Amino acid sequence: MSDHPEPEDGPRQSPPVFLERQGYRRRRLMDAARLIPILGGTLFAVPLLWPAGPGEGGDAPVPMSSAILYIFGVWAALILVAVLFGRASLRWSGPDGSGGEGAGGGRG
Amino acid sequence: MASLNTLVLVCLAYVALLFAVAFAADRLAAAGRSTWLRSPLIYTLSLSIYCTAWTFYGAVGYAARSGLEFVTIYLGPTLVMVGWWWGLRKLVRVGRSQRVTSIADLISSRYGKSNALAICVTLLAVTGVTPYIALQLQSITLSFSIFAEADPGSIHNETTSVFWVAAGLAVFAILFGTRNLDANERHHGVVTAVAIEAVVKLVALLGVGIFVVWGVAGGIGPMMARIDASDIGTWGVDRGRWATITFLAAAAFVCLPRMFQVMVVENDDERHLRTAAWAFPLYLLLMSLFVVPIAVVGLSLMPEGSNPDLFVLTIPLALGQEGLAMLSFLGGFSSATSMVIVAAMALSTMVSNHIVMPIWLRSRGGGLSVSGDVRSVVLMARRVSIAVIMCFGYAYYILSGGGAALASIGLIAFAGIAQILPALVGGLFWRGATRLGALAGLIVGFGLWVYTLLLPGIGGGVMSPGMLESGPFGIGWLRPQALFGIDGLDPMVHSVLWSMSLNAAAFCIVSLLDFPSPLERLQGAQFVNVFDHSAGPRGWTASVAQSEDLMIMSQRIMGAAEAQEFFHAEALAQGSRRALPDPTPAFLERLERKLSGSVGAAAAHAMISQIVGRSSVSVEDLFAVADESAQLLEYSSQLEEKSAELSRTAGKLREANDKLTQISLQKDAFLSQVSHELRTPMTSIRAFSEILRDTEGMKPEDQRRYATIIHDEATRLTRLLDDLLDLSVLESGQVTLNMSEGNLEDLLDRSVAAALTGADRALRVRRDAAAERILLRSDLDRLGQVFINLIANAQKYCDARDPVLTIRVHDAGGQLVVDFIDNGSGVPEDFHKMLFEKFARVGAEKVRGAGLGLAICREIMQRLGGDVSYLAGQDGGAFRVSLPTRHEMAAQ
Amino acid sequence: MNRRVLLIEDEPNIAEAIRFLLSRDGWQVGLHADGTDAIDQIRAERPDLVILDVMLPGRSGMDILRDLRAMEDMQDLPVLMLTARGQLRDRDMAERAGVSRFMTKPFSNAEVLTAVRDLHAQAGRA
Repeated sequence: MSDHPEPEDGPRQSPPVFLERQGYRRRRLMDAARLIPILGGTLFAVPLLWPAGPGEGGDAPVPMSSAILYIFGVWAALILVAVLFGRASLRWSGPDGSGGEGAGGGRG
Repeated sequence: MASLNTLVLVCLAYVALLFAVAFAADRLAAAGRSTWLRSPLIYTLSLSIYCTAWTFYGAVGYAARSGLEFVTIYLGPTLVMVGWWWGLRKLVRVGRSQRVTSIADLISSRYGKSNALAICVTLLAVTGVTPYIALQLQSITLSFSIFAEADPGSIHNETTSVFWVAAGLAVFAILFGTRNLDANERHHGVVTAVAIEAVVKLVALLGVGIFVVWGVAGGIGPMMARIDASDIGTWGVDRGRWATITFLAAAAFVCLPRMFQVMVVENDDERHLRTAAWAFPLYLLLMSLFVVPIAVVGLSLMPEGSNPDLFVLTIPLALGQEGLAMLSFLGGFSSATSMVIVAAMALSTMVSNHIVMPIWLRSRGGGLSVSGDVRSVVLMARRVSIAVIMCFGYAYYILSGGGAALASIGLIAFAGIAQILPALVGGLFWRGATRLGALAGLIVGFGLWVYTLLLPGIGGGVMSPGMLESGPFGIGWLRPQALFGIDGLDPMVHSVLWSMSLNAAAFCIVSLLDFPSPLERLQGAQFVNVFDHSAGPRGWTASVAQSEDLMIMSQRIMGAAEAQEFFHAEALAQGSRRALPDPTPAFLERLERKLSGSVGAAAAHAMISQIVGRSSVSVEDLFAVADESAQLLEYSSQLEEKSAELSRTAGKLREANDKLTQISLQKDAFLSQVSHELRTPMTSIRAFSEILRDTEGMKPEDQRRYATIIHDEATRLTRLLDDLLDLSVLESGQVTLNMSEGNLEDLLDRSVAAALTGADRALRVRRDAAAERILLRSDLDRLGQVFINLIANAQKYCDARDPVLTIRVHDAGGQLVVDFIDNGSGVPEDFHKMLFEKFARVGAEKVRGAGLGLAICREIMQRLGGDVSYLAGQDGGAFRVSLPTRHEMAAQ
Repeated sequence: MNRRVLLIEDEPNIAEAIRFLLSRDGWQVGLHADGTDAIDQIRAERPDLVILDVMLPGRSGMDILRDLRAMEDMQDLPVLMLTARGQLRDRDMAERAGVSRFMTKPFSNAEVLTAVRDLHAQAGRA
């Protein structure tokens, strides 16, 4: 999938090697977008490191309120990042952003 | 206290409202004034059918039992949504460009429109979803029963209420899910109703949550303290389950038929994903925000042993908040109904497109030109499918007894549905994925899931405790919950681990070993590279397509008005004045997509193929799959090789035929020759015997002369017959050689004597006695025959005034060589080749001979392992006889 | 009347037999044993009738007959053809080449005599 970083640019152009500043930004933003789920997955995996149950390791178990705060905090942060990315991608792609198929939706 | 009757009335009113909304939305969409219906908000809300009654009621119960583990059910989908750029975007694009109607259709379409795969996925989905539907029915009934308990005057019969609920939902699904056929036109009514239900359930849960936190606990701070002090006050989640269920939820979110329906099929605009990517996770967050507080309050407030699954309902009731309880009830009702309706719709599409329609089409003998309205058949098939699926759900509910066993079915269903994931992800991202691979993966995963999770999990004694304990037939490593001896894992983790890993492994390995068909490869390229060429998924060659035939067929499927409109619009778009468009590839493709909405991609492709002729690949598509060309080349070179092989075989046949013809010609020539050679002496004999008989007064010397001629010719005839017999015996290989030992010198002595006896001309023979003292082991009579023949030839044909024959014996390269060289003019070079042919005679020779002598010599020498040849380049006629030395012995 | 026949036959015994037969019937018999210069011989001798063997050294009797028939002054010359290769194909070939009478060896002397007389009579009428 990373072979097609800019499908929105139109059909079958060979990707240019150098991009102007804006295009470059756009690509890095795209990279960041790809990182969101990985970041989320990693953060949601952090609780796996917490001592589970009273019998383990001698560490005091994490109280439920902290767990809730952590989980929901990460969750909300992810949503926020997704919102920001959605806004950004909306700005560059414009109304015809979804490519040829969306533009031809009225035919038939 | 609200009576049960009030509740039923509210329910009915609510359903009526939904009907009205759905109806209005359909009307608006039909009128083309449905812009707000196509908003990202509606799309996001429709995704909320992910949150069923199981999550609405069950999440609180889940939290009360296992703490925060419930949240994994939402974390998986959240990760999928925020990672939309990776996967969902592609899924939706593929779904739209290929106009797929269901997850089964997508899988089938990707793997070369294989209906076997579609059936497989459909069966898997029905197996996984049916218990899930039963679960929804149970939740509605349970919530009814809560109110029934609080209303002593009511008569509540669980079974009948389940039946009526099921029937009502079926009617709703049929009414709004099967109104129009083309899945591409989307079910605006249903989607809108689902969106409203999404709002209702969110509001209900938030309402209860807010009431619990601020009304009961007295704010966030005290609530937190209360949580930490409760039974579930510490983090105690099983790590394996945490990861596994997160993964499962993510997989199921993509693979569940109802999710696929709203996410891909009902998707109006790909850009809606952009909004849903954050809005849906937000929805999920809000849905789960108050789950733990409600559970904690319920645990402390409600009496020991009360069902935590119903806290959402029982807490407001217990605290006298009847309005809130009613709202909560409606929330649960909404969750259940929306899920059941969409799931039934999605499943019915799959069942009718991939199971009923293929059977029906086949039963019609493949002839589409027979009268009959496919459209009505499709609609009927869908309606019946919905009814049957609801019946399954109802039956499952009744059979399972509606107990706690049902509650665990949610995750089990997830694990089953997730088996589609490898085939789906592989199909989207890996061009090497093949149909057989997908089938193998699905079957392996499905089988393991049934064996390790479904059968042990649904209880009811399907699997005996003994089997769980010690495996089938006592085979320990086959224990359903401890495969291959890996013990101590949570059954869910265990099952998902094995089924998913072996599923993926089977999928990959079989795909790698398999060689896909051209259609599969083409579809694979179009799925994987959908962003490169989503405008032209596949090509039709418009060679012999008959627009009228297509029109007739389309009318039957889409309905006359719609078909005419579509064809007219297409004709206009082509700039054609005629009523029918030309069957251009682009048009055929759009038509196929349109039909595939009604009858599925595979059936639509088959139908158009039938009219258009063979399906084939257009030039553009070949370009699109440029790197497939290597494989295609390989394929064609294989073909070439085959054809080369064929022509080689044909060449061999031709050669054999030529040989046969030649042999036949030779045989004819030979017979003709034999005839000639026999008739010639007979002619003389007959003529002269008649002369002798009929002529009066013949002179005695004439009589004697003529009698001599008759005698000579008779001798010649005899000799000829002898030669012929000799030759045929030699040629047939039936000759027996009398091997004996003898001296070459003696043999030559005898031969010269025999050849020259009675000769009319003298012939001197020069020999070297010393060289001839060689002991031979051979058939000496036959060898002598050859020598006699050669000497006699020299005697007959040598044209020198003083004929001399020289016989030379020597050893040449391991062979004993005997040369017979005379001092005549020899044989002209033209005749060298044919000297040894039968009946060959050189020039206008006067000497009698059938011309078989040399042919016989050659045959004899070949039998003896040697050869006889004409020796060119000598002064006179020269023949060389060669014998293998193994017959030679030391010189004496 | 001096009837002349040219016998082209390479088998000396057969030639001798036919010569004996025809001489006694009052023919003047010329003998020739080679195919190569057979036509020259015919031209030189101008016989009333030709008896032609098929398998001749140097040149096939069929070829000689074909060439003969291609010459204007030889088209009506009666030719009796003799062959030892008694196959139907040969008869067809000879008839196409324009043979007057075709006979297979071995023949009876009476047959030959009758054939020669008939051919000569026909030629005389024509």
